[in-house]
Amino acid sequence: MMQKVFTRPQTLKDCPTHYCPGCGHGIAHRLIAEVVDELGIRGKTIGIAPVGCAVLAYDYLDVDMVEVAHGRPPAVATGMKRTNPDYIIFSYQGDGDLAAIGTAEIIHAAHRAEQITVVFINNAVFGMTGGQMAPTTMLGQVTATTQAGRDPAHDGYPLQIAELLAILPGATYVERCALCSVSHIRAAKKALKHAFELQLNKAEGLSLIELLSPCPTYWRLSPPDAMLWIQNEMTKVFPLGRLKG
Amino acid sequence: MSGKVLMCGNEAMAEAAIQAGCDAYFGYPITPQNEVTAYMSKRMPEEGKVFIQSESELAAINMVFGASATGKRAMTSSSSPGISLMQEGISYLAGAELPSVIVNVMRGGPGLGNIAPSQGDYFQSTKGGGHGDYHCIVFGPSGVQEFVDTMPLAFDLADQYRIPVMILADGILGQMMEPITIEKKPRRKLPEKDWALTGADGRKQNIVRSLWLAEGAVEQHNYDLQAKYRQIEKNEIRCEQYEVDDADVVVVAYGIAARIVRGAVQKARQQGIKVGWIRPITLWPFPYEQISRAAEQLRIFLVVELSCGQMVEDVRLAVAGKAPVVFWGRPGGGVPTVEQVLEKIQQVTIHPKKK
Repeated sequence: MMQKVFTRPQTLKDCPTHYCPGCGHGIAHRLIAEVVDELGIRGKTIGIAPVGCAVLAYDYLDVDMVEVAHGRPPAVATGMKRTNPDYIIFSYQGDGDLAAIGTAEIIHAAHRAEQITVVFINNAVFGMTGGQMAPTTMLGQVTATTQAGRDPAHDGYPLQIAELLAILPGATYVERCALCSVSHIRAAKKALKHAFELQLNKAEGLSLIELLSPCPTYWRLSPPDAMLWIQNEMTKVFPLGRLKG
Repeated sequence: MSGKVLMCGNEAMAEAAIQAGCDAYFGYPITPQNEVTAYMSKRMPEEGKVFIQSESELAAINMVFGASATGKRAMTSSSSPGISLMQEGISYLAGAELPSVIVNVMRGGPGLGNIAPSQGDYFQSTKGGGHGDYHCIVFGPSGVQEFVDTMPLAFDLADQYRIPVMILADGILGQMMEPITIEKKPRRKLPEKDWALTGADGRKQNIVRSLWLAEGAVEQHNYDLQAKYRQIEKNEIRCEQYEVDDADVVVVAYGIAARIVRGAVQKARQQGIKVGWIRPITLWPFPYEQISRAAEQLRIFLVVELSCGQMVEDVRLAVAGKAPVVFWGRPGGGVPTVEQVLEKIQQVTIHPKKK
């Protein structure tokens, strides 16, 4: 009899994906599902889906989930965690959700040292609305709203949220990873698992894992080239590694 | 808390919320309801419950959303500008059908306005406020005891119908002290919260959402919401009336305006004027039927509000042209006096003669 050596995590549903070919959300979802399985926390985990491409995250992640207003997941997570300290609460947020419209919510959740886990998907672009500039869009990057490339004189600079949060005493663990190669993906999983473990062990404070994630569609690159662009370009502005904790 | 105590509306309401089983209060300071946040910051932890001073009203209403999604009884309070900020969250609460209690201690507007009492947020509260086809149940208590008594009912109705419930108070009601009793009331028989997010331990995943992308799904969701609203209209309209049967003039007012009207009507009766009043207690659902019935005999309706005329539109809808509807009010923190209302009653009484 053949031995099964690789299988779908139980927390990841067996269904077709709505994400574009080469999108990083599928990888990130899978990593979360693996971590939830490995830690055996499905029965007490609540996930928060953002407004953005991952709004339907609950179609893939088989845990209790809620979908909330744009940018507000850290406030919703606060309401959940404070009333249910034993639950494991994570928010899953894109760069529009977390780094644009929801900056107040994430900074204050970190500043209050909320014991939640934030998964921050940075793909340097607004995906769901058609590829507009995000706060994390790279200088010179062409988007639907920076058609000649992002110009700092007009559009400002890429926003480094992880660095901003890392200086707050209430943020205990902040790490930036990338979903651009097998080894990077493994490192990302390790970071995610650590973040969930901290919450499981009731460690003080908020943890945030930023994941540099490919968006081949709106970067107008092939999926392999998108991976290379993360490694060669994005990491220059968004350096990988543990910023805190 | 037993026996009569002298408390201001804001604190009395807060204590009543605690007695009604409020698990979590989230709020951002704003005048004239700052007593609520201060009171809750002390009392909620004493009860082993949650208090958080949020970074904004946006955050406060979304914290309510989070706590409510896990099945907890959650509330917030604010005043007009802060309630405007909460409208996004209230629309999401309505869409996701999450029980919640929101207290608006209204002040003068628009914009920053002032911190004086007003009833300028009637439209916002009863006609939506946020985006989409939805309603909140809206109460307009007219005294501190009623403010207190509304709290357990508000939490019960929120749970029963899975709906945000708003309580429209105003600066006077929030600040005014009155002798009151706060009693722990038994809860209604309420449906189990089997939809709540509690961790999918040994059961299928629960999802709390307001997004339905499949063709026709949001249309159906809206029909379902409307069916619920029709049920609420059938079961939950509350209204008080006084000496309407023989009245030539019926004064319609809610909240603190109704308190003033009560005094004016008493004086008018002493002068031999046949006048009564109708006081909507629920502003949504609105007592159209009760007012419509009163309009069947020709009489004058005088609507008094602390605004330039908002509820008067619902009164006109109820009266449907069967009788004249006159409005008088004072906006932006102007508080009508009993004498002013009495004068209005005297003015409108000159012309009409019963058939």
